[in-house]
Amino acid sequence: MTNKTNADKKSVVANALGQGLEWVDARFPLSSNIKAHLTEYYAPKNFNFWYFFGSLSLLVLVLQILTGIFLTMHYKPDAMLAFASVEYIMRDVPWGWLIRYMHSTGASMFFVVVYLHMFRGIIYGSYRNPRELIWLFGVGIFLCLMGEAFFGYLLPWGQMSYWGAQVIVNLFSAIPFVGPDVSEWLRGDYLVSDATLNRFFAFHVIALPFVLVGLVAAHIIALHEVGSNNPDGIEIKKLKDKKTGIPLDGIPFHPYYTVKDIVGVVVFLMVFSTIIFFAPEMGGYFLEANNFVPANPLVTPAHIAPVWYFTPYYSILRAVPPFPGVGFLGIPPSLFPGVAAMGLSVLIFALLPWLDKSPVKSIRYRGRLYKQWLAAFVVSFIVLGYLGTEPSNVWGQFGPWFGNAERATVVARIFMLVYFAFFILMPWYSKKDKTLAVPERVTG
Amino acid sequence: MYVAELLSILAIQSGQSKLVHEENMSDTPNDKKKNAAQADQATAVDLEKRNFLIATSSVGALGCAAAAVPFVLSMTPSERAKAAGAPVEVDISKIAPGSMMTVEWRGKPVWIINRTEEMTAELAKHDDQLTDPSCDVVSQQPDYCKSTDRSIKPNLAVMVGICTHLGCSPSAKLQPKGDMGDNWTGGFFCPCHGSKFDLAGRVFKGSPAPTNLVVPPHKYLTDTTLLIGVDTEDKA
Repeated sequence: MTNKTNADKKSVVANALGQGLEWVDARFPLSSNIKAHLTEYYAPKNFNFWYFFGSLSLLVLVLQILTGIFLTMHYKPDAMLAFASVEYIMRDVPWGWLIRYMHSTGASMFFVVVYLHMFRGIIYGSYRNPRELIWLFGVGIFLCLMGEAFFGYLLPWGQMSYWGAQVIVNLFSAIPFVGPDVSEWLRGDYLVSDATLNRFFAFHVIALPFVLVGLVAAHIIALHEVGSNNPDGIEIKKLKDKKTGIPLDGIPFHPYYTVKDIVGVVVFLMVFSTIIFFAPEMGGYFLEANNFVPANPLVTPAHIAPVWYFTPYYSILRAVPPFPGVGFLGIPPSLFPGVAAMGLSVLIFALLPWLDKSPVKSIRYRGRLYKQWLAAFVVSFIVLGYLGTEPSNVWGQFGPWFGNAERATVVARIFMLVYFAFFILMPWYSKKDKTLAVPERVTG
Repeated sequence: MYVAELLSILAIQSGQSKLVHEENMSDTPNDKKKNAAQADQATAVDLEKRNFLIATSSVGALGCAAAAVPFVLSMTPSERAKAAGAPVEVDISKIAPGSMMTVEWRGKPVWIINRTEEMTAELAKHDDQLTDPSCDVVSQQPDYCKSTDRSIKPNLAVMVGICTHLGCSPSAKLQPKGDMGDNWTGGFFCPCHGSKFDLAGRVFKGSPAPTNLVVPPHKYLTDTTLLIGVDTEDKA
């Protein structure tokens, strides 16, 4: 008797839920969206370690937005109050220190996972036809992220905040003709001041997050339209089950990859919490010592360097010599070449889909030539990144036989050439490379 | 061109949807004939309608551009920021020879350096190491300071302490040698990107900074009072 009534109760609940879902589905495509993006989105079955970083990027984005909301409840975007309000968050706001460290560590970890995510795209050729737009949206996300990091870094109004903003805004004044007006317009003053802080706050908390979320949506919609790439660089949609139309090498994203990604999330959060609780400043790499000194427009700190994720591009900026000017034509000297090279070093990623002429997508089937170039690129990225954190005289000078040139500057110039050669010569070496035969089916 | 094509597509589609609507409404054979004729018309490009759409869209775009102007201009320096640029009067009697002082003018550091005779004499000796020894870039100093020492009084140098590279404030390394190496003859070193300047603010070759430091407009009111931000009419 009792068994029967329990079963009856269950079916009543199930019926009510089913009817509720029907009611919603008639008014909003809930079930069809869950199917299209989760339970019936077929992803290649051979995703490996590298495929964690896309979902982790999304996780960090959510964390940054959440912690950011709570920080704005206590932060004051005013040159007189900003520095003290951050210290107030750290000392007086209950748990404020944790939320602030989550946000500052989150910024660095965002770049860690995004750089690994981009590297995955490069080694498996995920930017190739038909995924060019996914890649371009991704480059847009990367640029947005750099903007977020830059604007956000001014907000604590420490010495590094101040002089970092001063340097970056002045980069724009190197643009020929309109430059000085552009940088004055960006600052809203003749120097970095309260006006600059106030508008950077607006960009950081409203303008860029909107653009960022929009681009992330476009990135995922485009991905789900064409389907995910995989470590073999094979299109799984080419071979489908004749009856069901499901790709033979595909498995539904939910539950297979949702469960897999949760493992990644757990490991990531372990690393993330270790940093927050034991090394939130990461030895000056995540939060720089000089930023614990309030901004002073009259004194530049003895050594200024951007946060680690900007240093490869910053090294390129420093490495390019200024244009000496042509006196008799009235062309003044200019540092535009360095600024242009730095801009190009970021934007050139957008050209990858059209620079790569290889018949295969994945590094698994590429030859030695490509692998050597990729290795050279990774090394130059890391060396430039390291040099960007150090003053340019870190390795001393060459003797008079080399014009007393600074060793670090010469090394940075060499690696800058390698960095750009990786991209510019790609059409040549990716074609010439001896590739292996790509299998029909994914190889696990 | 693309805009025009896009508009014509939109125009045709809106015409068709109207047509479908009318078809549903009609049931007499007469109406059907009329509809067939209309369908032919709908596939042909209605140039009048296209021109109308181009014209209205252009006016709309201009309106949007005009509406953006106040927003863009709201980001330029405010009246308060402009008013903060008043000239600054400085008492220079207490700067010992071989030392310097820093004052704030328009939010920027301005250095006043009291050079010793050896320092002044050194300025003429290293022209070959400089990017612009004779100060030919006119934007970097007023005409009355276009000389080797870049000053009105040979011992007193006045310059904006902002590196012409990317706006950091260089550190004073006034004395020769020291931590700058044995070839150093005294001047300024920018900690950001390693630009070097001599004691007249002229940039050494090989620095990332493209030009000499800026000498601001200034004049001496008395022997010991300097006014920064106002030009000297004639060099005395």
